[in-house]
Amino acid sequence: MTNAIIQFKQVTKQYDNDPAVLDQVSFEIERGKFYTLLGPSGCGKTTILRLIAGFTEATKGDIFFNGKKINDVPANKRQVNTVFQDYALFPHLNVFENVAFGLRIKKMKNADIQQKVKEALSFVNLEGYETREIREMSGGQRQRVAIARAIVNEPEVILLDEPLSALDLKLRTEMQYELRELQRRLGITFIFVTHDQEEALAMSDEIFVLNKGIIQQSGTPIDIYDEPINRFVADFIGESNIVEGKMIKDYLVEFVGGQFECVDRGLNPNESVDIVIRPEDLEITTLERGKLQVRVDSQLFRGVHYEISCYDKDGNEWLVHSTKKAAVGDEIGLYFDPEAIHVMRFGETEADFDRRLEAYSAGDAHEQ
Amino acid sequence: MNNKVTRNLYLFPYALWIVLFVVAPLLLVLYYSFFDIEGHFSLVNYKTFFTPVYLKMTLSSFWYAFLITVISLIIAYPTAYLLTKTIHKQLWLLLIIVPSWINLLLKAYAFLGIFGTKGIANSFLEAVGIGAKQILFTDFSFVFVSVYIFIPFMILPIFNALNELNPTLLDAANDLGASKWITFRRVIFPLTIDGVKAGCQVVFIPALSLFMLTRLIAGNRVITLGTAIEQQFLVTQDWGMGSTIAVFLILIMFLIISLTGNRKRGV
Repeated sequence: MTNAIIQFKQVTKQYDNDPAVLDQVSFEIERGKFYTLLGPSGCGKTTILRLIAGFTEATKGDIFFNGKKINDVPANKRQVNTVFQDYALFPHLNVFENVAFGLRIKKMKNADIQQKVKEALSFVNLEGYETREIREMSGGQRQRVAIARAIVNEPEVILLDEPLSALDLKLRTEMQYELRELQRRLGITFIFVTHDQEEALAMSDEIFVLNKGIIQQSGTPIDIYDEPINRFVADFIGESNIVEGKMIKDYLVEFVGGQFECVDRGLNPNESVDIVIRPEDLEITTLERGKLQVRVDSQLFRGVHYEISCYDKDGNEWLVHSTKKAAVGDEIGLYFDPEAIHVMRFGETEADFDRRLEAYSAGDAHEQ
Repeated sequence: MNNKVTRNLYLFPYALWIVLFVVAPLLLVLYYSFFDIEGHFSLVNYKTFFTPVYLKMTLSSFWYAFLITVISLIIAYPTAYLLTKTIHKQLWLLLIIVPSWINLLLKAYAFLGIFGTKGIANSFLEAVGIGAKQILFTDFSFVFVSVYIFIPFMILPIFNALNELNPTLLDAANDLGASKWITFRRVIFPLTIDGVKAGCQVVFIPALSLFMLTRLIAGNRVITLGTAIEQQFLVTQDWGMGSTIAVFLILIMFLIISLTGNRKRGV
């Protein structure tokens, strides 16, 4: 609790009579971690960032920074700095002056400014670029200048608004490593906004998945990938096969006409649920050994694996990631472990969901 | 090859226009400036220009043009800024531009009515108890009407510059600790300076050579280079001296354009 640097309490943001952009959102951000706000466009992730930065005001609810309410603190008095999506570098200033902008406003001594800007630029591998004009810098370099301009002020939190979206794939992957590395070295809290789930999984300590102004699920990348709370999260994070099913009893679930052993319990008998099975958890095997019998519809070579799209006799699509090749048109069997089945209740809150998962692991401990 | 021919063909009307109506008159002006009133070739006009009478006139021309430009700028900048913040900015902009479509002479006559002894302005002054004043034929009325006429030309380029300004830059400045005033001084103004320069050019240069307003509104109390040229050509019939003043006016214009014209690098 004491480690929380930012707290949102029932924060709502609404413009006139439009549906709320953020609907009673509450969360805590801990010091020194890398957070990602992940969601499709219009989900409210950038609004959260703007609320923290102070560019916009909450309609309802309170925002705390280091335990103090900051709803009415203007942006220029907040201990946070932002890296903008389009970098927002000042075109009339050179690299040095861009980075020094915040320090000059603080009326820091010139010698100190020189020192700090130099340090910040070396942090982002831009030594020797001080006198360059912004227009002479490439996209990746501008990105680094924007980061240097933020970290030079030694803020407690850095906000990053889709900063990598304008870069090409290779550069983007490179910058993901660099940002993660930078956050570890500086030990500052990073709040990163993106719609790219791979980026979120690769970089974060914690991910908040947002949709329609509500935090759907929060947790470590592994938690969220392995145990998605609902259809939206399962679908948004990675590829998934989602079908409707029915929980017959503890450890037994029915879907696509068969009953399968699973690891879930504590649900009502015959409760309707959604079933998720990740494509990489499906294994191609013979028709007899397979738990599911499907026909191969198409196959794409993805480099590391084949992406094979199959249909069962009910017309459900099953996506399989496999290093083994299949032949289009063949009837094959699909095998999966009981652990591969993820059962999602309809309309379950995050708190209930977490409680259920915790109960499983406690139960496992008893059984052992 | 064929492409080049077509291109030259398209260029022809423009080139003809420039030669007939820009280059030729300029050369003629230059040519006439070397002849005295009797039609003999001489440099006497240039000598006359450097006498106190004409130098004072040049200075006063500069002074009024400067006043008009500065006042226009002071009014236009905040107006342009406000315009970019309104919802129907194109409509408001149009309303500001519309008066500039009306003939200059008509507007001048309108002001004769407004500022006249029995005009609206004086009725108002009487109503509030100050009493009627001589408004017309003063420096004040001259500068006022000139500013009124030039203001749309000042607002337009500044509005465009402000409108093109990336609003995230203001967020960025704010984020880095800048107050509203510092954001204006360090970010907004430097980034719109090109618009300000362009506005000053289109106001200052024509203001240097204003002549009709000096007669109608200022009652010939204000003599600018423009008035002097008109007098030399139409009253004194000394085309040589008129041309000489015009040559200096043109030189001054080029000087101003080159001083204010260093177009900035975009990003």
